[in-house]
Amino acid sequence: MLELSPPFTEGGSGEALFPLWRLVDEEGRWTDERWADRFSPEWIETAYRHMLRARRFDRKCLSLQRQGRIGTYAPYEGQEAAQVGSALALGPGDWLFPTYRDHAAAMTFGQPLGRILLYWKGRYEGGIPNEGRKIFPPSVPIATQLPHAVGAAFAERFLNTPHVALVYFGDGATSEGDFHEALNLASVWNVPVVFFNQNNGYAISTPLDKQMKSKTIAQRALGYDLPGIRVDGNDVFAVYAATKAAVERARSGGGPALIEAVTWRYGAHTTADDPRRYRDQSESDRLREKSDPLLRVERILERLGRFDAEAKTRWLTAIDAEIEAAVREMESASPVSEADLFRHVFAESPDAPA
Amino acid sequence: MTSIQAAQKTMTLVGAVNEALHLILERDERAIVLGEDVGVNGGVFRATEGLFERFGGQRVIDTPLGESGFVGAAIGMAAAGLKPIVEIQFLGFIYPAFEQIVSHAARLRVRSQGRFSVPIVIRAPYGAGVRAPEIHSDSTEAFFVHMPGLKVAVPSTPADAKGLLLAAYEDPDPVIFLEPMRLYRSARGEVPPGWAPVPLGRARLVREGEDVTVIAWGAMVPVAEQASRMAAEAGIDVELLDLRTLYPLDRQAIARSVEKTGRAVIVQEAHDTLGVASHIVAIIQDEAFYAQKAPPRRVSGFDVPVPLMAYEDLYLPTPEKVLAAVREVMAG
Repeated sequence: MLELSPPFTEGGSGEALFPLWRLVDEEGRWTDERWADRFSPEWIETAYRHMLRARRFDRKCLSLQRQGRIGTYAPYEGQEAAQVGSALALGPGDWLFPTYRDHAAAMTFGQPLGRILLYWKGRYEGGIPNEGRKIFPPSVPIATQLPHAVGAAFAERFLNTPHVALVYFGDGATSEGDFHEALNLASVWNVPVVFFNQNNGYAISTPLDKQMKSKTIAQRALGYDLPGIRVDGNDVFAVYAATKAAVERARSGGGPALIEAVTWRYGAHTTADDPRRYRDQSESDRLREKSDPLLRVERILERLGRFDAEAKTRWLTAIDAEIEAAVREMESASPVSEADLFRHVFAESPDAPA
Repeated sequence: MTSIQAAQKTMTLVGAVNEALHLILERDERAIVLGEDVGVNGGVFRATEGLFERFGGQRVIDTPLGESGFVGAAIGMAAAGLKPIVEIQFLGFIYPAFEQIVSHAARLRVRSQGRFSVPIVIRAPYGAGVRAPEIHSDSTEAFFVHMPGLKVAVPSTPADAKGLLLAAYEDPDPVIFLEPMRLYRSARGEVPPGWAPVPLGRARLVREGEDVTVIAWGAMVPVAEQASRMAAEAGIDVELLDLRTLYPLDRQAIARSVEKTGRAVIVQEAHDTLGVASHIVAIIQDEAFYAQKAPPRRVSGFDVPVPLMAYEDLYLPTPEKVLAAVREVMAG
């Protein structure tokens, strides 16, 4: 007897459909030499110095937290290429919607370090974007910033500007309804927004395979008929190239796109978290020896004759001076007052004490 | 025949909402209307009738279902310079968007120290009494009144529906605008022509009286009016306040009236526990304690889930229940 069954299409092809795209491997070798000419030595040095600055700042924040000079802090070490590479793809009039772990992106896009420190010190001034920049305050409720980016992108198109929105989110965020609602809205409205996912393997303690059965986040794009790509998130060149292409496509009316940047969080979720409870940190350490996003750029810069110990020291000296100035700015902020509580709750507060 | 001033027009409450929306979209090309079925269909209650034909699909937008997504998008639109007016089809369906409203719309101004703001209006039909299906009849205004950063308006007349909606549009902060669906077509009245906003935060004195202050809003105002007429027949002179806005709340109007009458009955459709009526009782204690001749009474919906339609007449406050409370405070 002939076996009959309805023609289901099987799942499970995400990795085949969205292979990991990288331009520079862990040894600092181009995977496709044609791309090498697209990146000038100046650009590579700039990208590297942004990453170095981001890493130095992150470590300073961890130490400030341990000294009790700022509050609970969410480190991003390991994700510098993903954040710097993507933020460098934006133009000055574009929007950036960060989460609490995306201050490397925000600082690359122009957010002053002092203001980022004020945020982690629990001060409202930390949510003020730098003059002329459209940076939302970091979103804490997971995935809620994605619809905001869709709305801002809608507004830019409505007002006939060339500006686009770039929104950051992690792997855990893809389980939230707002992720799906935002992708659907963006797809239906065809607005200029780029969804930039950093898949760092963990949502606090929950690994990706408990978050989703699918092997990739990029494949979610298919459900909304969006272009999607999965890139090596520790390869600043691939991250930049993919984001730049998506941003310029959106800018020219091509609509939204989804980028999955596969990366790794070397440290804890926050300073209140101990990752040893849920993962083998030696595994993380081994991974970083190979995959550290800064190392492969150093190797390329070395070959270009733009990097050595002396250059690195020179750059770090400048970075450290900037960070120390930011710390001084944070610590010299005037004390908070009760009136601050009421300021800006409404345009005109009905409840402020007389 | 000509007249310099356009005459008042008689219209329904939903017609007044519709007129306000037409005026807003006509006046401000950055104003847009979005929600489920608001475009081609003109809204399930026809509140957005004619807008799509007149202003086009770019400004009158049928959204996908997904209240969190489109309310969240409206927050982004507002921060980027548009003036979105969002329709939630029924208040009972707003809950997926609750996080966007309380965690973002209400806080973006303070979180960015005024650099971004969210001048949106979220309209929602609310309340029971029209034999609607399950979950279509909630009256959970207290959730939003409780949340700093939001304003909440609840009209009870066509004139206020139009005027308060114009004021909500003009307001630089997010306004939850609750439309009593049982009054959509049953409330008819004169509506001033043209751009005639009614300021947020001011109660309306529906009738003056000497003996007892009855305080109501939205769909409970006609119930309280009928109770007041019944009380008058029994020789009790009711002063009736329609609050119109629940945040900001017109504390002075409440205090002034209770100072005069010494008695208060608050009527709300919502559940009793931690409803707005309880807060009004607290205000009366703060502002008019020594003027009171009797403890204030609340007439509320019961502390049960808003029931299926077969029970809704049992659930809702009625003129008889309000009158009973009025008699009680008069005896007190």
